[in-house]
Amino acid sequence: MRNYIIKRLLLLVPILFGITLITFSIIHLTPGGFTTVNLQMDIRTSPDSIARLKSLYGLDEPLYIQYLKWLKRFIFFDFGNSFLDGRPVLIKVAERLPATLLLNISALILEFFIGIILGVTSALKRNSFYDKSITVITFMGYSMPSFWLALILMFIFGVKLNLLPISGLKSVNFDFLNTGEKIIDILKHLLLPVFITAFGGLAYISRYVKNSMIETINQQFIKASYAKGMPENIIIYKHALKNSLLPVITLLGLSLPGLIGGSFIFETIFAWPGMGRLAYEAAVNFDYPVIMGVVTMAAFLTLLGNLLADISYALIDPRIRYK
Amino acid sequence: MKKMIWTGLIVLIFFIILAIFAPFISSYDYKTQDISLRLQPPSLKHIFGTDELGRDVFTRMLYGARVSLSVGLLAVIIATFIGVLYGAVSGYLGGVLDNIMMRIVDIILTIPVLFLILMLIVYLGPSIINIIIIIGLTSWTDIARIVRAEVLKIKNSAFIESAKLIGLPKRVIIFKYIILNTLGPILVYIVFGISGAILIESGLSFLGLGVQPPYPSWGNILMSGKDYIHTAWWLILFPGVAIFLTVFSLNLLGEGLRDLFNPKLKKE
Repeated sequence: MRNYIIKRLLLLVPILFGITLITFSIIHLTPGGFTTVNLQMDIRTSPDSIARLKSLYGLDEPLYIQYLKWLKRFIFFDFGNSFLDGRPVLIKVAERLPATLLLNISALILEFFIGIILGVTSALKRNSFYDKSITVITFMGYSMPSFWLALILMFIFGVKLNLLPISGLKSVNFDFLNTGEKIIDILKHLLLPVFITAFGGLAYISRYVKNSMIETINQQFIKASYAKGMPENIIIYKHALKNSLLPVITLLGLSLPGLIGGSFIFETIFAWPGMGRLAYEAAVNFDYPVIMGVVTMAAFLTLLGNLLADISYALIDPRIRYK
Repeated sequence: MKKMIWTGLIVLIFFIILAIFAPFISSYDYKTQDISLRLQPPSLKHIFGTDELGRDVFTRMLYGARVSLSVGLLAVIIATFIGVLYGAVSGYLGGVLDNIMMRIVDIILTIPVLFLILMLIVYLGPSIINIIIIIGLTSWTDIARIVRAEVLKIKNSAFIESAKLIGLPKRVIIFKYIILNTLGPILVYIVFGISGAILIESGLSFLGLGVQPPYPSWGNILMSGKDYIHTAWWLILFPGVAIFLTVFSLNLLGEGLRDLFNPKLKKE
C-alpha cells in the first residue's frame, strides 16, 4: 500500500509538468496577447512603449526562458503577480476559492443525500411508477441547460416573487448584519445556485446507487438472510445498503476535483465571486500568471482528489487492499 | 428501452427537418431588422414574437437550429475521428507507446475542459468554425479511452488471432476488424457527445463567447433576451425549451442505445 502511494505521488510530477507545458504553450503560441489587447486601442502607443511594457513583464525573453523562469518560481510555490493589479496570484486564488468551495460542497452534499435516497428507494420499487418518474425527472435535470434554468428561477423567485436574492454571495448591507442574519443572508444567496447544481448531478448518482443496490440485493448473502428469516428492514437498510454504498465512495472521490473548478458560465450568471469568474477574467485580460496559477492548482487538486479516491477505496474494501 | 430510442429519434428528426427546411417553413429573414416591430409578443404573424431589433424569433430559432445542431455534430465528428484513431492505435500497439499515449490523455483530462475551451476561444476568437474545432479538439479523450478499452478486449479474442495467423496486415486488422467491432460504444459516445457539445455551445453563445451576431444560435438569442426578461418572456422561454428538448432527446437516444448494446441488460 505504501509503495503504491509513493509510486502514484511520483507519477504526479511528470503529469503536472505536462499540464504546465500545455497551458504555457496555449497561452503563448496563440495570436494576440497581453500587450496587444491592452495597447492597440490607444493611439499614443509607440513601438517603444510596447517594448518597454514587454520587458517590464518579462515577455521579451525567448519562450523557453520564460517557461523555465516560471517553473523555477513554481517549485518554491510562487506563482508570481497578476498583470492586472500586481497582486500575488496565490492571494487572488485564496480570495475566490471559498465562494466556489462553499457552493460546490453544499451542492455535493445535497446531491449525494437526495441521490442516495432516490437510488435506494427506486431500487426497492423497481419498474414501478415511482421508479420511472424518478428516472425521468432526474434525467430532465441532467439535460437542462443550467444557465437557462438559472435565468428562469432567478426571474420567478428573485424578480416576480421577490423571495430570494438573484446574484452574488452577500447582500449590499451584509457588513451591517449580526451573525445570525449573516448566515441567513448567505444561505439565501446559496439556495438557487446549489439547487440548480445539484439538480443537474442527481441523475448520475441516483442511477449509480440504484444499480449498485439492485446488484447487491441479488447476491447470495442477501438471499441467505431472507432464507433464515431475518427481518426485511435489517436486510435492506443494514446489510444491503452498506454494501451497495461502497462503490459510491469512488463516485465521491471522482467528484472531489470538480469542487474547486467553478463553471464560469454558471458563476457569471449568478455573479458568483468564485474560481470560474477568476479564470474567465484572467483569460479575457491575458493575465498570464493568473491563468497559469489557476490551471496548475486546479490540475494539482484534481490529481490529488483522484489519488485520495483510490486510496480511500482500498482502505474500505479489503479485497483491493490485499491484492 | 425501445421507447426511449424512438422518442429521442422522433424529436430529433423533427428538429432536423425544421433546420433543413428553414427557408421554406418561415417567410421571414433571420437578419432583417425592423425597429417598428421590436419586442412584439407572440401572435399569428410572429408565432414566437419578435426580438429587440424586430426580427422574427421563430425564424431565428429555425436558423439557430441549423447552427446549434451542426456545431454539435461537426465537433463530435472531429472528436470521434481523433479519439477512435488514438484509442485504437494505443490499445492495439500496446507497450511503451500505449503507456505514453495514455499518460498524455491523463494530462489533458486533468485540465478543466471548460477552462481549456475558454482559453482557446479567447485566444483564437469566437466564430462558428473555431467553436467547432475547439470543442472537437478538447473532447476526444473520453472516446479514446473507451475505444482503447474495447480494443484491448477484442485484441486477444480468437478471431483476431486467426486474422493475424493468415497474415492480414495490421492496418486491416485495426480498421476492419477491431474498430468495426467497437461501433456500439462509439455510437453511444457520439450521441452523448453531440448533446454535450450543444450545451457547451449554447452556454458560450449565451455569454457572447460563442456564435456571433447576426448569426443566430439558441444560446445567443437567450443572451440578447436576458436583458428583456421583464418585458419579453418569449425571448427566454422558446430558445431554452428548444435546447432542453434537443439535449433531452439526444440523451434519451444515447441511454437507449447504451442499453441496446449492453448484453448484460438484454437477458433481463
